[in-house]
Amino acid sequence: MKDNTSHINPLENEAIYIIREVAAQFEKPVLLFSGGKDSITLVRLAQKAFYPAKIPFPLMHIDTGHNFPETIEFRDRLVKELGLELIVRKVQDSIDQGKVKEETGRYASRNQLQTTTLLDAIEEFKFDACIGGARRDEEKARAKERIFSVRDDFGQWDEKNQRPELFDMLNGQIELGQNVRVFPISNWTELDVWSYIEKENIEIPSIYFAHKRKVFFRDGLIWSHSDHVYQDDDEEVFEKVVRFRTVGDMSCTAAVLSEASDIATVVQEIRNSTISERGARIDDKRSEAAMEKRKQQGYF
Amino acid sequence: MINVLKQQWKKENNKDISKKYLAFNNKNLVPNIITMEVLKIATAGSVDDGKSTLIGRILYDTKSLTDDKLEAIEKTSKQKGYDYLDFSLATDGLVAEREQGITIDVAHIYFSTPTKSYIIADTPGHVEYTRNMVTGASTSQAAIILIDARKGVIEQTNRHFFINNLLRIKEVIVAINKMDLVDFSEEIYTKIKTDFQALMEKRDYQSQKITFIPVSALKGDNVVNPSENMPWYNGKTLLEHLENLKNQDIYNVGTPRFPVQYVIRPKTDKFHDFRGYAGKVYGGELNVGDKIVVLPSQTTSTIKEIYFYDQKYQTASRRSSVTITLEDDINISRGDMIVKAGDLPKIDKQLTANICWMDSKPLLPGSKYVVQHGVNKVLGRVDAIHHKIHPDYSGIDSDVDSLQVNDIASVTLKLNKPIFYDEFKNHRTNGSFILIDSQSNHTVGAGFIS
Repeated sequence: MKDNTSHINPLENEAIYIIREVAAQFEKPVLLFSGGKDSITLVRLAQKAFYPAKIPFPLMHIDTGHNFPETIEFRDRLVKELGLELIVRKVQDSIDQGKVKEETGRYASRNQLQTTTLLDAIEEFKFDACIGGARRDEEKARAKERIFSVRDDFGQWDEKNQRPELFDMLNGQIELGQNVRVFPISNWTELDVWSYIEKENIEIPSIYFAHKRKVFFRDGLIWSHSDHVYQDDDEEVFEKVVRFRTVGDMSCTAAVLSEASDIATVVQEIRNSTISERGARIDDKRSEAAMEKRKQQGYF
Repeated sequence: MINVLKQQWKKENNKDISKKYLAFNNKNLVPNIITMEVLKIATAGSVDDGKSTLIGRILYDTKSLTDDKLEAIEKTSKQKGYDYLDFSLATDGLVAEREQGITIDVAHIYFSTPTKSYIIADTPGHVEYTRNMVTGASTSQAAIILIDARKGVIEQTNRHFFINNLLRIKEVIVAINKMDLVDFSEEIYTKIKTDFQALMEKRDYQSQKITFIPVSALKGDNVVNPSENMPWYNGKTLLEHLENLKNQDIYNVGTPRFPVQYVIRPKTDKFHDFRGYAGKVYGGELNVGDKIVVLPSQTTSTIKEIYFYDQKYQTASRRSSVTITLEDDINISRGDMIVKAGDLPKIDKQLTANICWMDSKPLLPGSKYVVQHGVNKVLGRVDAIHHKIHPDYSGIDSDVDSLQVNDIASVTLKLNKPIFYDEFKNHRTNGSFILIDSQSNHTVGAGFIS
């Protein structure tokens, strides 16, 4: 038996508390799982929250169809190993049903289209709480986000009318049709997440580590050469050793040149980095208020 | 190719920015690997006190602003025609705020040093936003009150101090800002300090620790780096002061309270009879072998095991999220509370509290609300509004028939079931509650039990 629990990171205690509140306050929670490091961290925290019982809610992946294959392979293995339930809803189906229109051109991405698929899935399963891995340090609009963030029937975020959150008390009371987005790692920074992954020895998809990849350069960012990513004829393809610092789908995630091939080196690299994580997100570059606009429409 | 990479990192450009604005280079301030200490700080200041600039300066001097964020700040500052970097752009997140140049909601800002991780809850300073200040202060262990050296102690300062005192923030730093605009005058600093000390006489929470620091957020004096312009000041810089705060200085210690959040029953072969009570420990610690009482049933038992994930511990430390098992099989559900025998809280269906009203719909005597006390929910009725408290130390108002948004008042609540509480002054967690409107589901008030 160990001595005492004072060594446990306060952020971890907070996240576990929040995840337990979700299980206790809501009837149909779900954990939104993208296969990225933040949602993988959430799964570990949820395991800890309910041990020795299983995580009492399913995972859901909104699949753009433009994922890195490594992420999908990782997702399926994790779910199998932990014996969790996984729901997958595809953006392609929303496109086929004519609910959304595929973007075209140089910056075409399915990132925004995910919102419709997500809102439809929430309605289909009557989820009343969706746990997500968003962090306040990622982006300015997210810095204002509550831990329990209420969305109306249309999935929209009313940033001017948010509930105050006092002390540890989380108010999860909602009307029928509303749902709550829950952010247990709100107060973690990118470095906190990476350090936690290192300390806990959590497995993450291989694309987070240095690997050879065919890439091209545009707007000062490194893009993956892939069928899912639009590329001009004069945009030359190089093979480079790169890794990903953040993982969305292929059309909206830029790589960084890196030799970091294990977690310790990755953490070191993040510590010394002079570029923010979202600096590698093509979707955020659209305008200064890009994230706030997407959130109002129901984006995660 | 080389050009593309150059463009990607833009390091060279940014070095020029730092040369222009940075007197000292704190190379030793690299973030920590594993965060053990987290300090949450609430900031309060009036419009134009330079609060956002102060935060921006802290981020900048601790190297917490990345190149791309700096670049965005530089670009926007230029567009606005400023000849300096407008650090407020780093924190004012919403479009409306950028348009109006004000902060309208609590924003959270993060930075770290080798010893600590910091979270700043940046709350706006407008009169009408008392609720945001109360919210920001409720999760913080320290507070920074900003005073414009040219204006001195103003009504807003009284309000900010009042709220930090009401919420029993243990550690308050009074940062007297814009010293560069008063020629770094010691006389002005001393005058403001004396004025503030007069205010301190009026406070309820006398043991609150208060530290005065003269700063210039814009120029960087005494924020992270010591000032060369104020040789008369021998104290620590703002960051040095924060770095030196110890956990025991900033947390309010009380008696251990363990509100049960969730009952864990795995019903697997290996853990067939396992019945664990999940929750967070508040106030003090709990040990294996402790004699405990479960409320409200008043059943007694002994702590058998303390789990954190798959490890067992002898002691559950303050603020850790653990799972506890007991020697006896007793019926416990969410909202119940486990406490040490001989150390019981008050158990009552009626309570008097100071509440801060946060809803645009006024509070009227006789109205019913959901009272959320920790993880426990009961129904409550406001029996009487005794008096309104002016949050600037200008006294009370006994002739009240309703409360408007941002009002603070002493009220009596009747509850449909007893709750197990401590006075707020003895227990910050077990002495506070929120009021929820059962029609709108909004959090409409915060209460501090007297």
